[in-house]
Amino acid sequence: MRYALLIHYREPGQGELSDEVVAEARAAFDAYGRALVSAGVLLAADVLQPTAATTTVTRRDGDLRVQDGPFAETREALAGVFLLDVPDLDAAIGWAEKCPAAQWGVVEVRPSATAIVDGVWTS
Amino acid sequence: MDELTVSDGGWAAAAVAARDSYGRLLALLSASTGDLAAAEDALADAFERALRSWPGQGVPASPDGWLLTVARNRLRDLWKSAHWQRTGPLDVQRDAPVHLDDLDLDAIPDRRLELMLVCAHPAIERAVHTPLMLNTVLGFTADQVGRVFSVPTSTMATRLVRAKRRIKATRIPFRIPDRGDLPGRMTAVLEAVYGAYVIDWTTTGPEARQLPTEALHLAEVLTTLVPDDPEAHGLAALVQLSSARQPARLDDHGRFVPLGEQDPSRWDDRLIRRAYAHLHAAHARGQVGRFQLEAAVQAVHCARRETGSTDWPALLELHRALHAVAPSLGGAVAYAVATAEVDGPAAGLARLDELLTVAGDRTRRFQPARAARAHLLERLGRHGEAADAYASAIDLTHDPAERAHLQHRLSLLPG
Repeated sequence: MRYALLIHYREPGQGELSDEVVAEARAAFDAYGRALVSAGVLLAADVLQPTAATTTVTRRDGDLRVQDGPFAETREALAGVFLLDVPDLDAAIGWAEKCPAAQWGVVEVRPSATAIVDGVWTS
Repeated sequence: MDELTVSDGGWAAAAVAARDSYGRLLALLSASTGDLAAAEDALADAFERALRSWPGQGVPASPDGWLLTVARNRLRDLWKSAHWQRTGPLDVQRDAPVHLDDLDLDAIPDRRLELMLVCAHPAIERAVHTPLMLNTVLGFTADQVGRVFSVPTSTMATRLVRAKRRIKATRIPFRIPDRGDLPGRMTAVLEAVYGAYVIDWTTTGPEARQLPTEALHLAEVLTTLVPDDPEAHGLAALVQLSSARQPARLDDHGRFVPLGEQDPSRWDDRLIRRAYAHLHAAHARGQVGRFQLEAAVQAVHCARRETGSTDWPALLELHRALHAVAPSLGGAVAYAVATAEVDGPAAGLARLDELLTVAGDRTRRFQPARAARAHLLERLGRHGEAADAYASAIDLTHDPAERAHLQHRLSLLPG
């Protein structure tokens, strides 16, 4: 079953994190990524740029609106997405627990409802 | 199925057997897909057919095997249906809970522990753990479970449906977790069973229910599923010992009788002996825990039946240990009361105030603390303060009989 691990945390301000802290986090994500790959459970992994780089697009009100910034200003922002294929929720929670971002943020575990596999939507 | 009550012999045994079957069958039927709702429907259908065909054709040699076959065939029809083909392709061979020819009752595996672990899973809201267990493991209806928790049937039904949908949608596995995760998960299971035994009032904290028959049964089931878990035995003993004293809780005029003044001959001997057996089983594992200590406290109180007096020094030791293992407001109050019995009311009051200060503001509206304080102040001859403490304890008491008792004590205060 496919699960998304949605990573949220407060975005650090400019210069808030020292180079060592950033290097440590990178190393931790590196090891985590390798563990996911070698377990054969990883479908995709993206760590996102800060919300400052976000553009929001909608036609909800009829006209096209393209806006600078995220749709909701929150203290903690979506910062990354890991897509896993694991047997059950316990396995997904197990990987969420090991995610380095769980140390400083929260990881939402959300099962996939339907996904494109081999070019077609499948549930 | 009839309600199980503490002391109605044969019918209780029949109800227990029926509930055991229900939980075992439901666990098996739902384990592979996690679809409790579909398994319940299939099982209800099987019970209905049994009611129709057994009176005429006789009860089959293995009633459980019969019910399982019928229910499983119902599930297979469902899996083959167009809707299921669309929503979740299933390998019928792989996902069938057991094979068709496997109908020997002894060979039917018991997966109720997996079911209980699912009910108390961390991804399920805590408040639903106990209702879900009563509903799925024992087969109580939403109406019956709602009554236990003083919640309207429709509210309880909605909560149960939502939890079951979540179990299926997020695929919570029916599996015993790894050794590393098991202790934490078992703690949640024990707490959910404990939740069937107490009502957690905001003012009195966990208070034993008057007729915790569901808890009695759930705790017994758990000890058969994890016979090596000393805390499961401790919990069963705790529920049994406290239930055993229910008949003596009110006198012939419906008046509340405090534990120390109860007539031990009115306690339920069968439940006490059963509890002692559980305590022996727990003790043999040599690993003390919170529920065993709570049960031991109850056992010391019940021992008055044989010895004629209460061993307060033993109680003080147990409360000290309990306070160290699992501190709670209720435990702190009992610890102070035991201190007063051993070292006098002044020492008891000092300990009470010390423990309450540590616990902070929420103790001000905690009924047992107010009531204990009132008793201790009365014994110290500080009648004015005692009257105030009784008054605030009365305000916080839910139970009418206990409230009347406190009002009586207040009326007896001089001046």
